[in-house]
Amino acid sequence: MKVSIINYKAGNVRSVLFALERIGIQAGVSDDPDTLASSDKLILPGVGEAGSAMQYLRQQKLDELIVSLKQPVLGICLGMQLLCRHSEEGNTDCLGIFDTAVKSFSSAEKKTGESLKVPHMGWNGIYGLETELYRSVGEQQPVYFVHSYYAELCEHTVARANYGLEFSASLNRNNFYATQFHPEKSGDTGQLILENFIKL
Amino acid sequence: MLSKRIIPCLDIKDGRTVKGTGFEHLRDAGDPVELALEYCRQGADELVFLDITATQEKRKTLAELVTRIAQHINIPFTVGGGITSVEDAFLLLHAGADKISINSAAVKNPGLISELAARFGKQCMVVAIDTKAGESGDDVYISGGRTKTEWQTLAWARQAVALGAGELLLTSIDSDGAKSGFALDITKRVAEAVSVPVIASGGAGNAVHFRDVFLKGSADAALAASIFHYRELRIPELKQYLKQEGLTVRL
Repeated sequence: MKVSIINYKAGNVRSVLFALERIGIQAGVSDDPDTLASSDKLILPGVGEAGSAMQYLRQQKLDELIVSLKQPVLGICLGMQLLCRHSEEGNTDCLGIFDTAVKSFSSAEKKTGESLKVPHMGWNGIYGLETELYRSVGEQQPVYFVHSYYAELCEHTVARANYGLEFSASLNRNNFYATQFHPEKSGDTGQLILENFIKL
Repeated sequence: MLSKRIIPCLDIKDGRTVKGTGFEHLRDAGDPVELALEYCRQGADELVFLDITATQEKRKTLAELVTRIAQHINIPFTVGGGITSVEDAFLLLHAGADKISINSAAVKNPGLISELAARFGKQCMVVAIDTKAGESGDDVYISGGRTKTEWQTLAWARQAVALGAGELLLTSIDSDGAKSGFALDITKRVAEAVSVPVIASGGAGNAVHFRDVFLKGSADAALAASIFHYRELRIPELKQYLKQEGLTVRL
């Protein structure tokens, strides 16, 4: 099986590589459209800032490639947010696979009046689990989050978490899967989720 | 609910784990990767590796160790010690560290915080603050607790966050190594003054101390070394106790 990590200079590629190695997968890292298009599974990793990440994807024409993919794609953290419609971070138009907006916790805080530490950092339970990605994963299992922006709940939400408000911990539409949390850093639960993705 | 995090700290010298009390009297205690894996198995939520003898020549060795750690453990980890430039930070993050922590260098050059935050993101920027109670309040110390600075702890904490720290690691020099509990008062004041998570460090001697730093000290996470290191307290038992006390923990 050919698994590729989409390289868009947004860091933390290595921890995803290592996590895949731990489940016996030697993944490649590439920004070459042909290599990516011919992969069986693709991962769009996270960490970075939405505006500059989208700019880079467009420059490399990876934006068109990603939305045209038919094989399973997993967006992680910022990778998930880039698959949404729009991000408040840098007022950025994103790839639009998931019909939802990405908002900042800081502005949510103003609405709810609740004082939140931002980033939302640490282990939080996920629930309302749907799709094969969560096969054998128990409700309320804690996974590791680090993010200052969140995707609102929408018809594509397949896992929720709560931090001041409920948000999308995971999204799915057709072949596109995404997690706001970091499966590569979420202990044995994260490892199981990555294995489930590889088995799709 | 977001869990309260339990973070074992591993002091590293020449690629080996050591722990002293009050920043002195080091005692060798094992291979960092082995120890890290043991902590993962026990249910540690994160790990912190502090390179206490980081020198420019040894940076490459440290980066190699960081890669070995990243290959083996599946929870987040922070690396600190002697980071003074964007290049130092890049080397460690690129090697596989999830976060880096800066201490003395941030006080000497506060602009480094914003530089690192802009380049790598706030989420991987931990500013470590060593604090000691003085006659006119709490003072920030640098250089492993040897040098007193002009900064008051609360003011420096606010400034570090304003510059782009994504998390603070607050160590009480007074409490460190004494095993008589975390410094609750200063921890609470810092945790309530800033909008980012605060990791309390220094003074853990038993499970009650952890409960207190979460409930009374408002800490988001608690870090300890020797109590875990010398197996005086095991993480599963600590977490069971915290759960009984009504705290949210990852079991």
